[in-house]
Amino acid sequence: MSARPAMAALLDSPRWLGVLMIAPAVLYIVLVVGLPFVLAILYAFSGVTMGSRTIEFVGFKNFISVLETTKFQTSLRNTFVFALVAQVLVMVLGTVLAMALLKDFRGKWLVRLLILLPWVAPISLGTIGWLWILDSTYSVINWTLEALGLIGADGWFMWLGVPYLAMGSVITIHVWRILPLATVILLAGLTSIPHDIHDAAQVDGASFWRHLFQITLPLIRPIMLVAGLFGLVFAFTDMIVIFVLTRGGPYDTTQVLASLAFFTGIQAGDLAEGAAIALFLFPLLLAVAVAFLRVARRAEVT
Amino acid sequence: MAMSQALKRVTARGGHLGLIGLFTVFSAFPFYWMFITTFKRTSDLMKRSNNPFIYNEPPTLENLRVLFFDTLYVRWLGNTLFVGVLVVFVTLLLAVPAGYALARLTGKWGEHLGIGIFLTYLVPSTLLFIPMSRLIGDLGLQDSLWSLVLVYPSFTIPFCTWLLMGFFKAIPRDLEEAAMLDGYSRFGAFVKVVIPISLAGILTAVIFTLTLVMQEFVYALTFITAARNYTVSVGVPTFLVHGDVYFWGSLMAGCFIASVPVAVLYNFFVDRFIAGFTVGAIK
Repeated sequence: MSARPAMAALLDSPRWLGVLMIAPAVLYIVLVVGLPFVLAILYAFSGVTMGSRTIEFVGFKNFISVLETTKFQTSLRNTFVFALVAQVLVMVLGTVLAMALLKDFRGKWLVRLLILLPWVAPISLGTIGWLWILDSTYSVINWTLEALGLIGADGWFMWLGVPYLAMGSVITIHVWRILPLATVILLAGLTSIPHDIHDAAQVDGASFWRHLFQITLPLIRPIMLVAGLFGLVFAFTDMIVIFVLTRGGPYDTTQVLASLAFFTGIQAGDLAEGAAIALFLFPLLLAVAVAFLRVARRAEVT
Repeated sequence: MAMSQALKRVTARGGHLGLIGLFTVFSAFPFYWMFITTFKRTSDLMKRSNNPFIYNEPPTLENLRVLFFDTLYVRWLGNTLFVGVLVVFVTLLLAVPAGYALARLTGKWGEHLGIGIFLTYLVPSTLLFIPMSRLIGDLGLQDSLWSLVLVYPSFTIPFCTWLLMGFFKAIPRDLEEAAMLDGYSRFGAFVKVVIPISLAGILTAVIFTLTLVMQEFVYALTFITAARNYTVSVGVPTFLVHGDVYFWGSLMAGCFIASVPVAVLYNFFVDRFIAGFTVGAIK
């Protein structure tokens, strides 16, 4: 058998052609995601630093020493506060906004474009815009509050310089950035509900709240789960907003696991400890992945 | 009775528009603010008693001149484009065949593999950047744009494979079968028939890849140290903000120019992005 017919047979067999066509992509992902992922786990159990050439294993030492620092404990708590508060706000506001956008009105395309901006623009650059809006000396928000007579000239808020305000600011800006994504996903869900269901509820005389909680929300539950899960992953693992606005400050009150891993592992060069910190993100990711698979399976069955 | 009904409708309508207006202002204000600041004189910006919503001194193009001629901004844009084009090339080369294979050829295990590939998109850069930084160092790619070309496909391939799979599934099988009856192999039918009619889907993948490259921050911040090798999303926040003096006018100009055109372009494709994101959750 010469090479040519064998080749032709290969190009015609769905099974082997499929393997051949998908193999490069899978290989690339294994090398560029899988390998670092395994290394991330190995590093966390080792004494590796930026300069060292070998990997020696130290067991749970990194985790223990990391867990003992107040910096880590603060960051862990901040991560949960940041992610949960932000994501609850995103889901509530996203549902409200999606329902408002469901109705037709003039200029809807422009409104949609403007509402999507925070998500489609590079987030580091959008956040710089906020850095200027929240500037300690020239904040336009403070200026407006003073012009309205709500605060005095000496009562200007240090939006990023006071612990609670700083946390509030980074949460607000994270919400600002994720809200568009949640809104368009929820809008897609709302649009997919058949009209006659709403009409039937109208005929039955269901009140607005009853309609919302007993018909609309249950129907979009799978898609709310998708939006919620993705949002949670973003919120738990992101460091861009915090890096640009506060670098974790003041006094680590906005430090989260992802940013702490960066400062420890990259800037201070302690790869092992940085990897151990980052690895605390993993259980959460696993939980989200499992939840996502269950949603996907349920959608397949029904 | 009719009066109160009409009144109710008017307030509902007003409330609806008010709500939409509030959200729109919240979303768009920072970009409007970038735009205004771009043309303001520094002396105008730095006077606390000035009304910041208007031009207290005549507008100026000085900030733009500084941005384009006295900073590395143009170079950063060029770097971003360089990385973007190469990443698009790598992504398409691997994701187009993979998407087709998942849509047509692999059956049940392919479905699981597809979901697995999509899930790798969720593995965040903040979990991987530490080992990556060392691998990149071992490869001798630290501080090189090639490190980004190598690493960025790790998130563009999963997403585009998933996206393209959806596109290929929507193409009627008859088209390929007719081509195969005409004597094409299955692979030949894929190249000659399927790809040409999927150009819209492939273009969507190109746009997403470019915007993902443009938005990426963590890897570029980790791998690149020399200012001249930055991409725009890292160069503006790290290089233009460091130092004692903030050139707010130029800074805002840099942010506005790099965000809004991309955002407008992206907007045309966002529905497809959502469709890709929600496969399975909406029937």
